[in-house]
Amino acid sequence: MTSTRPAAGDGAGRFSASVEAAAVPLLGLAVSFALFGVFVAVAGANVGDVYYQMVRGSFGSWFSFQNTLVRAAPLMLTALCTALPAQVGLVVIGGEGALVLGALASVIAAHALGGANPWVVLFAMAGAGCVVGGAWIAAVGALRTLRGANETISSLLLNYIAIGVFKHVVEGPLRDPASLNKPSTRPIGEANALGAIPGLDVHWGLVYGLIGCLAAYVLMRRSAFGFAAKVIGGNARAAQLGGLAVSKIVIVTCALGGAAAGLAGMAEVAAVHGTANASIIVGYGYTGILVAFLARQHPLAIVPVAVLIGGVGASGGLLQRAEHLPDATVNVLQGILFVVILAIETLRGRLATFLPRARVTSESAPNPAAKAACSKAA
Amino acid sequence: MWKRIERFHVGMHTVVPNPAGDSTHRAERSARALRRLIFSLLSVLSLLALSCSKSEGPSAAPAASGSAATTLPQKTFTAGFIYVGPKGDYGYNQAHAEGAATVAAMPGVKVREEENVPETEAVQKTMESMIELDGASVLFPTSFGYFDPHILKVAQKYPKVTFLHCGGLYQEGKHPPNVASYFGYIDEAQYVAGVVAGMTTKSNKLGFIAAKPIPQVLRNINSFTLGARSVNPKVTTSVVFTGDWSLPVKEAEAANSLVDQGIDVLTMHVDSPKVIVETAEKRGVFVSGYHVDQTTLAPKGYLTGALWNWSKVYTDYVKRIQSGESYPHLLRGGFKEGFIKMAPYGAAVSAAARAKADEAKAKLTDGSLVVYSGPIKDNTGKVVIPAGTVQTQTDITLEKMNYLVEGVVGKISS
Amino acid sequence: MLEGRMSDTAAGLGIWALPLALIGGALRVSGPYLFVSLGECLTEKSGRINLGQEGTLILGAMTAYGVSYLSGSPWLGVLAAGCAGLVLGALHAWLCSLPRVNDVAVGIALMLFGVGIAFFLGKPLIQPPAPRLSPIELGAWSSIAPVRAALEIHGLLLLGVVAAFVMRFVFRRTRWGLVLRVAGEDADAARALGYDVDRVRLVATAIGGFFAGVGGSFLSLVYPGSWSEGLSSGQGLMAVALVIFARWDPVKCLWTSLLFGGAGALGPALQSIGILGGYNLYATAPYVLTFVIMIATSSARRTFADQPAELTVAR
Repeated sequence: MTSTRPAAGDGAGRFSASVEAAAVPLLGLAVSFALFGVFVAVAGANVGDVYYQMVRGSFGSWFSFQNTLVRAAPLMLTALCTALPAQVGLVVIGGEGALVLGALASVIAAHALGGANPWVVLFAMAGAGCVVGGAWIAAVGALRTLRGANETISSLLLNYIAIGVFKHVVEGPLRDPASLNKPSTRPIGEANALGAIPGLDVHWGLVYGLIGCLAAYVLMRRSAFGFAAKVIGGNARAAQLGGLAVSKIVIVTCALGGAAAGLAGMAEVAAVHGTANASIIVGYGYTGILVAFLARQHPLAIVPVAVLIGGVGASGGLLQRAEHLPDATVNVLQGILFVVILAIETLRGRLATFLPRARVTSESAPNPAAKAACSKAA
Repeated sequence: MWKRIERFHVGMHTVVPNPAGDSTHRAERSARALRRLIFSLLSVLSLLALSCSKSEGPSAAPAASGSAATTLPQKTFTAGFIYVGPKGDYGYNQAHAEGAATVAAMPGVKVREEENVPETEAVQKTMESMIELDGASVLFPTSFGYFDPHILKVAQKYPKVTFLHCGGLYQEGKHPPNVASYFGYIDEAQYVAGVVAGMTTKSNKLGFIAAKPIPQVLRNINSFTLGARSVNPKVTTSVVFTGDWSLPVKEAEAANSLVDQGIDVLTMHVDSPKVIVETAEKRGVFVSGYHVDQTTLAPKGYLTGALWNWSKVYTDYVKRIQSGESYPHLLRGGFKEGFIKMAPYGAAVSAAARAKADEAKAKLTDGSLVVYSGPIKDNTGKVVIPAGTVQTQTDITLEKMNYLVEGVVGKISS
Repeated sequence: MLEGRMSDTAAGLGIWALPLALIGGALRVSGPYLFVSLGECLTEKSGRINLGQEGTLILGAMTAYGVSYLSGSPWLGVLAAGCAGLVLGALHAWLCSLPRVNDVAVGIALMLFGVGIAFFLGKPLIQPPAPRLSPIELGAWSSIAPVRAALEIHGLLLLGVVAAFVMRFVFRRTRWGLVLRVAGEDADAARALGYDVDRVRLVATAIGGFFAGVGGSFLSLVYPGSWSEGLSSGQGLMAVALVIFARWDPVKCLWTSLLFGGAGALGPALQSIGILGGYNLYATAPYVLTFVIMIATSSARRTFADQPAELTVAR
């Protein structure tokens, strides 16, 4: 069968590969939603209604779409905390810890600067969040590359430790006595709050996320550093023999990932809570892992995937209220999505033969964008 | 449940992969891989579905779904209830859900509920979504942490919607005028529970398992201890803070540690007291419940419990809103107002203890007994309420409590 | 019974309560750690890591509680929990056997999936009381109630202890154990010897899932013996770390599980005897302990001698 496939380098072949690149995850989505439909049907719900409510709650109106974007914003940054280390071949799941400590650091920075210009304060908060979050995950990378300590396990342990430290500090030494029944630090002040993007009901954290993903893409796919990281991710030993500063690159990459998660923590403080308290610990770091894997660790793919997962979260409320499904319905869908999209990867490289007509339709693609791509490829 | 399984099996047959097609053709193999994938996932689902029965909760009335919210008759309105945890938690959220169920039974009100909503932007979006998509005009966000900044923010954006929040301290002028906050003087009930505990204990050691040292919690610990010491001055109360609102394993550990210390009456202030009540029963000690009645969980050792009566508060609010009356922005109440109640006394409560407890309850109701009447010392010996000073329940200083009274073994620190 | 115990407890134990609480805590809290770590140890010996054990644990807890409630037999619940774990384990193994699929990612995916299913189906089970497993009273000799309570041992925990020794024996002395270790050390060598590595791993991961599922039943039917959504606070994930700590030796898994259980009991025990403050920090004790020992025992120059070389985390 392989012989019927166009040779590599052939324009049509490249095109067919790119169709496949899009088709595999889309197929995964379709299969996931179909399976989810079966699941809710078994649970006794009306499948059509469920899909309808999900669309209505996530993308069905301008309001719903903004709801989706708000939820997607922190996920973009926490996903980078897994996706960046993945470029050098590490599986880091420490985004939650980096986020909460980043939040704590940003609050401390805001307090330290007192009544300074809000721009200065915000900049310092972001810097503090990035530095602390970055150092936290850099430690994971350093332990991996210098001591051989497994990064997945150490980053997981550091999550629990970070949360313990965070709670101890915000409910102990830094607790604002005026925060009565919700122990919190002193507020950062109204003037220093991160507002909404003009014309939108979404805070600037979304822009941080978009810039973060774009920057990560440029760095990892369009720079010498990124190339070195990719070589290390492919084979660290060979990279070392090739003269690359493996440890340094690994630690820097991890630090960047941690900085992204720390920045997410800063945005939560500055845009949402205005202070640091236990409400910040809601699992954005863990959902970010899901986003990173679904995006196949590609920094730009994180953006649409985060929006998708944000949309799933946004629709969860309506499923409860209108369909009387439990809140865990969303967890089930996330689980199905994650499992199916990972499993469907196995079809990559086989799909061209699996769908023999794919190439034929591509040549007479009705989609003008696809046509343009086609002619460009040719 | 059996009907569901039957239905499921019917469904299963349609997705069993077609065994035909032995071709080793690659496409076929891929297709088979895909089918196998789907099939495996379905098999897992089926196994799991078999292991459990379907929710007995408000089973979906499918006809009511969809875009019904948009065409409402004049007088009906939609009320949205938001819970921070699962609404069947034998605790805080269930108490509110019971209130919501009463509201749902009222004519002209439609209730929408959402559970497990964290105290972050998610709750802002849930509130807005209830307003925008469900057409809700009254919201009951029931967790304390929803108030600042989430409710305050959304309330400014939707001035025509009423936000009724549990636990907050509404301040005229500072907070939006479409916000109100209500709470119950549950510490009166804890005082009565303390009387029962003080009369029942043999070791004179009581245990209190709490999430965090915040004023609402401290007030309960103090009232419970004051109640117990009013009938038995030898009593001490040991406190264990777990650090969060729902940590079953840690709560069970705390209960065991306290019982090991010779404590024979346990009570708590956590979101879901289920595990503590059950552990107390297992260890053969007495337990006083919280939030909702847990008698069935500890038939031998359950003494009584300090319970909410949100049904009363919620129906009052809804009636006022329905009739267009103004509603109180800062609403508080105890036994007298019917905001709180006691769980029925358990078998282990002696007649003498019942009499003392009933007496205390009657006095709290008619106002002849005030829990915080000086002199009251804290557990370091400092006088916190001097002799002659009486802090009645409406006194706002009580909502800022930051001490543990004499007789409490414990310290406020994180 | 209530009255009899009360007079004993009246004495109190003062400072002696601390070691007692640690021993009692070790016996109570260690169960889930023990079962999950044994299952994970088995899985990792075959050369795969299953991070999804947290999901298996929670699913097992829900299944055990549900089946115990519906059937009235807690042991049937334990078995059902094991079977639910078996299915998740087999699913993990099957997905990982597909080309281009990473076992760590599949683990995280199945964790989400298991937790989602458990919470979804577990909603109606939060309220009803299911029959629990009853303990064996090892401390019957003592007249002091807290001692008796601390030494209450559950049959399920004993099974876990036996399983640890049996598993070590199987690894070291049986042919199947050898095949498992070869698959974990060098998959190519195993293939050269004519063994189907994927199949070995399928069996190991499925049985590993069974153990984790049983660990879940410990949570819901033994201690704390209840079903709720906050039941697990990461014990399933911790157990994966614990296996590294235990050097892939089932018997060491047993000792480390007891150590972790004791460490978890530290915070509440200290508070109950009047040592207060820092409870949020005490809560991190087991994690700090693992972290420190993991760093202390790792080295850049060599991987662990006991570590299965095929393990992706070894790399």
